[in-house]
Amino acid sequence: MKLIYYPGCTLKNQAKNFEESGLCALTKLGVEVQELERWNCCGTVFSLVTDDLIHHLAPIRVLIRTKEAPADSVMTMCAMCFNTLKRANERVRADQEALSTLNDLMYEEETKYQGDVEIYHLLEILKDKIGFETIKQKATHPLQGLKVASYYGCYLVRPREIGIDDPENPQILDELMASLGATVIDFPYKTECCGAYKTVDNPEIVAERTYQILNSARELGAEVVVVSCPLCAFNLDTRQKEALKLFPEFQTIPILYFTQLLALALNCPEEKIRLDLNYIDPKPILKSKALI
Amino acid sequence: MRINISRKNINDSFVAKIQELSGQNLLACYQCGKCSAGCPAVSDMDLLPNQIIRYAQLGLKEELLNSKSIWVCASCMTCNVRCPRGIKIAEVIEAIRQILLRKRKDHIDPERLPQDIRCQVPPIALISSFRKFTS
Repeated sequence: MKLIYYPGCTLKNQAKNFEESGLCALTKLGVEVQELERWNCCGTVFSLVTDDLIHHLAPIRVLIRTKEAPADSVMTMCAMCFNTLKRANERVRADQEALSTLNDLMYEEETKYQGDVEIYHLLEILKDKIGFETIKQKATHPLQGLKVASYYGCYLVRPREIGIDDPENPQILDELMASLGATVIDFPYKTECCGAYKTVDNPEIVAERTYQILNSARELGAEVVVVSCPLCAFNLDTRQKEALKLFPEFQTIPILYFTQLLALALNCPEEKIRLDLNYIDPKPILKSKALI
Repeated sequence: MRINISRKNINDSFVAKIQELSGQNLLACYQCGKCSAGCPAVSDMDLLPNQIIRYAQLGLKEELLNSKSIWVCASCMTCNVRCPRGIKIAEVIEAIRQILLRKRKDHIDPERLPQDIRCQVPPIALISSFRKFTS
């Protein structure tokens, strides 16, 4: 299988551990990955007002680049990129006039967009194209004894028509973790918003949410929490420092990208898993389980 | 708090603008409160999500434009997926933000962000914050 891959801005910056582990895992699973040429930022959030077409231009341009690859589908690992690209795609598919206006605005593009590209999140590729059963068989180093809580956040699962799973009770990450041999911990805050970009103008709100979300996971027995969004990862991981200042009794917990545990189970080398980039050090708990 | 309800406010172009920008029928709301019950941000809000919809129905322009809540909502969509009337509350809140931002009344000034925030947070946070909170 060959995939066209859209990284998005943060996987080339703070989330290198997400990109490198994900790409290594895909190679181990026999998938050939080609990075999209001349990609641009998707805009990170989907514009919610009806007349704001200009903010759909960036994601649609990404879909034009995909057509030029040439390809009819594009895969992304970032939950926010996935949401923005997919919602913009659905928006223009349902509104020919908007699509025509956007094509007019991008008159210098040689390729016209016609709603003819599909967007997949990596989790969909793993579940539907490769299969969790296949992954289970290929996981030569299963995550025996590691208690993992899966945090879905917002943009992977909401709104309903875009989300890749049930918006209230998603399971896809838990199913993946189970196939990797981990002990799955369900917790009620798994779809609770971490505060997202409020981390810029009000980090305290994010620190409070981080405290609530991670306390819930820990109280139910989780030893690590996995995420699929680089903004959730930043908030839940680095804002533990601020959470500790607000709540001195708070016990920190490592936050990992799901791709890091996937890569670990598939025996990818440590230099591709990049545990050194995680803020709360996950190495002690992984060492105690003899996983590294 | 004393609230004056008037036909003038209800028929004001402000209400029509919110409905136009959000694409939502405000009168579909019957005030069940499910949006506010599930909202993770209510502890930091002055007007709860169901109150925002009620205020919007009544055209309480100044109260809405001056509310803290519209800048606390991070469009997590929990209210949208739970509304039994199918109202997209996050879109209504975005419409109110947009009415202010289109008058260049920004909520944050990127140049005044503390140095440590600018250096520390990932691009995804900066871009989404600027998209939501600046014109």
